[in-house]
Amino acid sequence: MLGLGGLPLGQAADDGFAKAVATLRAVGGEGQGNTAAGQALQRLAKGGPETIPALLSAMDGANPFAANYLRGAVEVISGNTLAKGGSLPLVELGEFLLNKSHDTKPRAMAFDLIRRADAKAAERLVPGLLSDPSVDLRREAVTRLLGQAEGLAKADNKPGAVLLYRQALDAARDLDQIQRISAELRELGRKVDLTRHFGFLIDWNVVGPFHNKGRAGFAEVFGPEKDAGLGAEYAGLEGKVGWKKYSTDDEYGMVNFNEPYGALKEVTGYAQTEFISASDRPAELRLGCKNAWKIWLNGELVFGRDEYHRGMRIDQYKLPVQLRKGANTILVKACQNEQKEEWTVQWQFQLRVCDATGTAIHSLEKKNAEVAAK
Amino acid sequence: MKKQLLIVALAGSAAGVFAGDWTGFRGPLGNGVSDEIGLPVKLSAEKHMTWKTALPGKGLSSPLVVGDRVFVTASGGTRQDRLQVICLNSADGSVNWKRQFWVMGSTMCHKKTSVAAPTPVTDGKLLYAIFSSNDLFCLDLDGNLKWLRGLTVDYPNARNSLGMASSLVLAGDVLVAQVENDSESFVAGLDKATGRNLWKIDRPKSANWTTATVRREKGGREQVLLQSGKGIHAVNPSSGKVVWHYADGAATIPSSALSGDMLFVPSHGLTALKLGADGQSFEQKWRSGRLRPGTASPIVHGRKVYSLNNAGVLACADVDSGNRLWQLRLDGPFGGSPVVADNHLYVFSEEGLAQVVDLTAPEGAVVGKMDLGEMIQCSPAVSNGALFVRSNGHIWKISNKTRL
Repeated sequence: MLGLGGLPLGQAADDGFAKAVATLRAVGGEGQGNTAAGQALQRLAKGGPETIPALLSAMDGANPFAANYLRGAVEVISGNTLAKGGSLPLVELGEFLLNKSHDTKPRAMAFDLIRRADAKAAERLVPGLLSDPSVDLRREAVTRLLGQAEGLAKADNKPGAVLLYRQALDAARDLDQIQRISAELRELGRKVDLTRHFGFLIDWNVVGPFHNKGRAGFAEVFGPEKDAGLGAEYAGLEGKVGWKKYSTDDEYGMVNFNEPYGALKEVTGYAQTEFISASDRPAELRLGCKNAWKIWLNGELVFGRDEYHRGMRIDQYKLPVQLRKGANTILVKACQNEQKEEWTVQWQFQLRVCDATGTAIHSLEKKNAEVAAK
Repeated sequence: MKKQLLIVALAGSAAGVFAGDWTGFRGPLGNGVSDEIGLPVKLSAEKHMTWKTALPGKGLSSPLVVGDRVFVTASGGTRQDRLQVICLNSADGSVNWKRQFWVMGSTMCHKKTSVAAPTPVTDGKLLYAIFSSNDLFCLDLDGNLKWLRGLTVDYPNARNSLGMASSLVLAGDVLVAQVENDSESFVAGLDKATGRNLWKIDRPKSANWTTATVRREKGGREQVLLQSGKGIHAVNPSSGKVVWHYADGAATIPSSALSGDMLFVPSHGLTALKLGADGQSFEQKWRSGRLRPGTASPIVHGRKVYSLNNAGVLACADVDSGNRLWQLRLDGPFGGSPVVADNHLYVFSEEGLAQVVDLTAPEGAVVGKMDLGEMIQCSPAVSNGALFVRSNGHIWKISNKTRL
């Protein structure tokens, strides 16, 4: 019996099937393995609908290319089956969906298949998805809860509506749902702490300005990249500069360099904060920024991007990192360019720490409160 | 309804492509001109809206047509992270198949555009679909995935927060993906059979939404003409090597139009380049600041070049001199490029208004209009006596219903 992703393949498994799955899972970047994968997919796509759960299981831990190849096989099998009036293995798909040890994407796909085959069966599964690790699945449950809350509000059952909205907010991870729920709660006279819900980091130390003439500051290694100690002083654009304490009261955690330094052009600024993690754990740094930027975690460069003023949104960049137990130093570099249009004034970013579902991870304590402002 | 010419002979393309097929952005020759005749002119919904089919996702890519099949891309899901390729029956608009994949790159884009912005391309046997996320899928015409690429997974800074839109082009067996942006900017020539890189060249670090033009010479030699803010780079599709460079800048939204050996470049208004027969050179013939394409790409028909500006004014000029002959105000704005067939120019406004301009009238004349009632930002496909156009929600076939 072959197992992939922790699920036995059962009768679907045979040597050919297993080899084809292995071939798909072996694809890599820059098209590596594409030719063999195309042939393997052809073999898998000839399977019957009973192979779908095994194909979904094979997506566990697969890289994004392999997951999409496997999805390609499921798409063909399910499409052909339903087009011919056949049925999908609802029970097995449901069991796969309910097993949260599987990856979120194939579980969400299982739900979509169930809904295509039997919408009522899918609907019955929705209430159990409120805390699901899959953002797509929990969205379904939040949507349902919102409908119920609205019904209570219309029936003038304010306490009932508030409590349902609270449950919905606790579960919601999509910005549109969060904003809709918070608006309803505020309409009902309740307070909502969106900053905390998202986990935006609001207490920082900032230093600048440094130059960004000709956009060269992005690549230049300024003092804070060599020594980010809060007591350090650096050669800035117009003399020595040091760290200043900066806290934002923006609901969405916007760190605005224009506030401490003025609306400057062709400049670079840095912001640093300390995040206290309760444990060694994987996390995501989620950044929104329309300036060129770089981020370091504990002195290691996580990522950087030299794009200016093409747009900004919450969770624009999702950067997987490993937090260590205790203090973690986050350093952000933000570069402003030379553009003069009114939509290029912004020199800012917003950053939050969360898990892969977007659930906020909060720092245990705010060390920045102890930092003396220069 | 179609001239019995094999496009294969004209385009040097694969044997699966026949006259009447619409195989890529602005058609088989990439210039928006169709040899179809008998398209409806005095449009009416009752007579000409042959079918209208709901789409499962958003998009502004153009439909493609191969034989009796219509292909269109879309993006769905709350986060627009489901990439869709849909095949419809040209006769009745029914869905033959739909395939959906997970996005691997970025879905972020301006609210007016969408993840399904670039137009796919086909050689008549395989369909190549790229999305704003730089995810690329090759499927056969029955919807079987042959290979895929995630270009932003491979090259993580290859993205644009406003969205990408350059469409794919085919030059022989090379699939050209133009992934130009402010950061990790490149063009890749991919083996169309496997998706593997044949070459990859650095490009100007600047956002660019234009689509390349493929020049096919009589001897079968091809060149890919890449347009960017730095002008036009003519590239050998086999090697990725630059053969010549027009360095006087060019627009980054409207694309060039090729007609014979003349290339009309949105550069300082419109600049006409005569391309050398040796494939190594070019000569500037004229330049006109009065012909300034907006979002829509210019188009050449007969001895005239047409340019539609952002104010909705269609200007007609002589191809040899650039002298403006007439201008005509249309109901804009326009996010998609026009097409020309049978002496008529067809264009759809962002308000969803189809407009037909008779190009034989002394100063052009709007002879047909039809309101589709939804925002249209694509360039229509023309095939087998019909126009195919899509919105974020629907795709339409517009034809003389008696000619089904």
